[in-house]
Amino acid sequence: MASNHRQAGDGGSGGSAQRRPPEWADGLKQLYDSVVEEALPDSFKDLLDRLDEIDPARSRNAGNDDAPPQGRGTQDQ
Amino acid sequence: MSDERPTGDRRSAADKSDFKRDLTQVVPHLRAFARGLCGRPDLADDLVQETLLKAWAAQDRFEPGTSMRAWTFVILRNAYLTDMRRNRFRGEYDEGVAERILTAPAGQEEPIHLSDLHRALLTLPAERREALLLVGAGGFSYEEAAAICGCAVGTIKSRVGRARAALSEMLANGAIPRRSTDDDVAHRAILEELDMVAAGNGVSTRG
Repeated sequence: MASNHRQAGDGGSGGSAQRRPPEWADGLKQLYDSVVEEALPDSFKDLLDRLDEIDPARSRNAGNDDAPPQGRGTQDQ
Repeated sequence: MSDERPTGDRRSAADKSDFKRDLTQVVPHLRAFARGLCGRPDLADDLVQETLLKAWAAQDRFEPGTSMRAWTFVILRNAYLTDMRRNRFRGEYDEGVAERILTAPAGQEEPIHLSDLHRALLTLPAERREALLLVGAGGFSYEEAAAICGCAVGTIKSRVGRARAALSEMLANGAIPRRSTDDDVAHRAILEELDMVAAGNGVSTRG
């Protein structure tokens, strides 16, 4: 935890640590992509179909706590 | 809320259908981000459904032409943090998908199990985990990730750097915390120890 100094590359300490990042970095993308490529469960198709029946203007209050204007975090109290 | 415009008429049917098309396209990405954040597929999908409803309800705040993925990620992130505060997620991990896949880069002695990587990822503090997910998996720039998290670019860079260092160290040392369920030996040892303690034979070597 004491290694707060900036490192130009990734994890600069130790030889094996230096070889690892590219390896798992690819794995991280694989984890992400494997979910992206999954077939969408029916529950999502159902939900998307139902959206048209929901009037956004009327249900706005439901979204107010978490939906930001743009890129800004909000707190929900 | 404090909009000057009457929100009801602002969006035409065409706007709505554009919005829905864009929203539909980002669902797989929302699922991937959510899975990375909270680990368990069922909870992650709940989170995405919640996000879709919130995004739909707030659609007149979306600026057409900007990134739907970034916009919905903010909503998902906020929903996740809210749920975290309510203790719904505790870094629970589902072995399912990750266990099946093995990443074995050419010329590398030891392949890394994606399940190990995922488990290691889930041990990171939430803010570092999300930063790494956004930049390292989602392909966002530091600037975009900073906008999504509502913090400075430097903060994101530092979080990503620390997350990378922590993961590298865990994976290099093989020091990945294991779930009790997938480590029967450790699990049994803990139970036996508890039995001994319960029976009055305190384990003196443990502080």
